[in-house]
Amino acid sequence: MTLSLEGFRLPLTPFALELDAVLSAHVTAVFGPSGAGKTSLLEAVAGLRHPESGRIVLSGRVLDDAAAGVRVPPRQRAVGYVTQDDSLFPHLSVAGNLLYGAGRGLARKPPFAEERVVGVLGLSPLLDRRPSTLSGGERRRVALGRALLSAPEILLLDEPLSGLDRLLKERVLEHLLKVKAAFPLPILYVTHEATEVAALADEVMILESGRIAALGAPGEIFRDAAPASQA
Amino acid sequence: MSEFAVDLPVVWFTIRVAALAVLLLAPFGLGLALLLARRRFPGKVLLETLVSLPLVLPPVATGLLLLKFLGRRGPGGRAAQALFGMDVVFTWKAVVVAMMVMSLPLLVRTARVAFEEVNPRLEAVARTLGASEARVLSTVTLPLASRGIAAGLLLACARALGEFGATILVAGNIPGRTTTIATAIYNDVQTGLDGRAYGLLAVSAALAFGAIFLSEVWLKRRTNA
Repeated sequence: MTLSLEGFRLPLTPFALELDAVLSAHVTAVFGPSGAGKTSLLEAVAGLRHPESGRIVLSGRVLDDAAAGVRVPPRQRAVGYVTQDDSLFPHLSVAGNLLYGAGRGLARKPPFAEERVVGVLGLSPLLDRRPSTLSGGERRRVALGRALLSAPEILLLDEPLSGLDRLLKERVLEHLLKVKAAFPLPILYVTHEATEVAALADEVMILESGRIAALGAPGEIFRDAAPASQA
Repeated sequence: MSEFAVDLPVVWFTIRVAALAVLLLAPFGLGLALLLARRRFPGKVLLETLVSLPLVLPPVATGLLLLKFLGRRGPGGRAAQALFGMDVVFTWKAVVVAMMVMSLPLLVRTARVAFEEVNPRLEAVARTLGASEARVLSTVTLPLASRGIAAGLLLACARALGEFGATILVAGNIPGRTTTIATAIYNDVQTGLDGRAYGLLAVSAALAFGAIFLSEVWLKRRTNA
C-alpha cells in the first residue's frame, strides 16, 4: 500500500501546499506547526478539495489527476477520515454513527468485522448512547470506529489527541496503538506533538509552510532536526 | 349585532387550500432555502431579494402582479390554458397560488437559517463514509435541520391561512368558491353580519396562535439541542 503525491500543488493562503512524496509506511506522521497545511493535505486525500496540479495515487489507483481532469468523489475513495472535531452525527446513537459507512459496496477488500472494531476500541458499553453524552476520549474512539467500519484502504487522522487532557490522551493513544496492531491499514496521522510521532509513527513527514522539510524514520529525523518546530 | 356563528364551510375550505398551498410550496421552498444556504452563484442577492419581496410589498400589489401574470393574456395564464386547459384567476387555484407566493419568504428564510446551522463538515464526513448526495441530504442535512424546517412550514401555514390582499385581487371573493376566512370576515363586517365575523375571528386567532406557538417551541428546542 502506497500513497503517492506527484507534483501535487494545492493553493492555500498565504502559501501553496507543494508535495512530491511516496508514502508506504504503516503509520506516517505528518508533523508541523499549525498552519503548515497538514489538514489541507488530509482533505485533499479524502477528496474534499482538489489539487490545482499534480496527482494523488493510492495503491495504483488515481484519485486525483489535475491534468487529466480526474477527481474521484469522496464517497468512492475508501478513505477513513477522522476530523479534528470528530464530527459525530449528533442525531444518531453511537451504533448509528459506527454503522453509517458500513456496507458500502465499493470496498475492494472485505470490511473489518463490527465486533472486532467495537472490541478493540472498547465501544460495547457505549452503543446506545448519544454523542452528546460521551466524553472527549469516547467521542474520538467512536469516530475512529466509524472510519474503520467504512471499509477504508487508508485512515486519515487529524490530530486525534488534540483538546484532550493528559489522562485521556494516554488512553486514546493506547487505543490507537491497538488499532495499529489489530488492523493492517496504512494511517496518515496529522499532529504537532513529537511525543505522538515517537509513540506511533514508522515514518514522519515534516511540513513547513506547505513544503516537505524532512521525510524519514522518526529516530533519524528528530536527531537531525532542531526541536524548534515542536509545539 | 347578528348571532355568533362559525361559518364551518369557509373554515374547512381555507384549511384545505392552505394545506395544499404549503404542501405544493414545501419542495420548492426547501430546495430554494438549501440553494441559498449552501451555494454561491451569480445573481444570488437578486434571488434573495425577489424571494423576500412579498414580505414588504403591499399584498394587494403582489395580487395585482399575480392577476396580470395568471390572467388570460398573461404568460402564466396562457401556459395553464395550453398545458391543462384551465383558468386560474378567480378560482380556488388562484387562492392556492396567492397563498404560496405570500408564504414563500417565511418558509425560505426560516429553513435557510436551519440549513446554515448544519455543520458542512458533518456532510463532508458522510460523503467520505460513502454516502451519496441523496443519502447525505436525507440522513444528515434534513434530520439536523428538521426543527427549523417544521417551524418554517408552520409559519408558512399560518401566513397562508390569513392571506387577504393578494387573494382578493387574484381570486376575488366569491362566496362558496374562493371566499376564505380572511375575505369572509371582510364580507361579514361589510354586510353587518358581525356575529359571523367574530366566529371566524375566533377560529383564525386559535389557528394562528397554535401555529406560532408550535413553531416557537420547535425553534427553541432546536437551539437548546
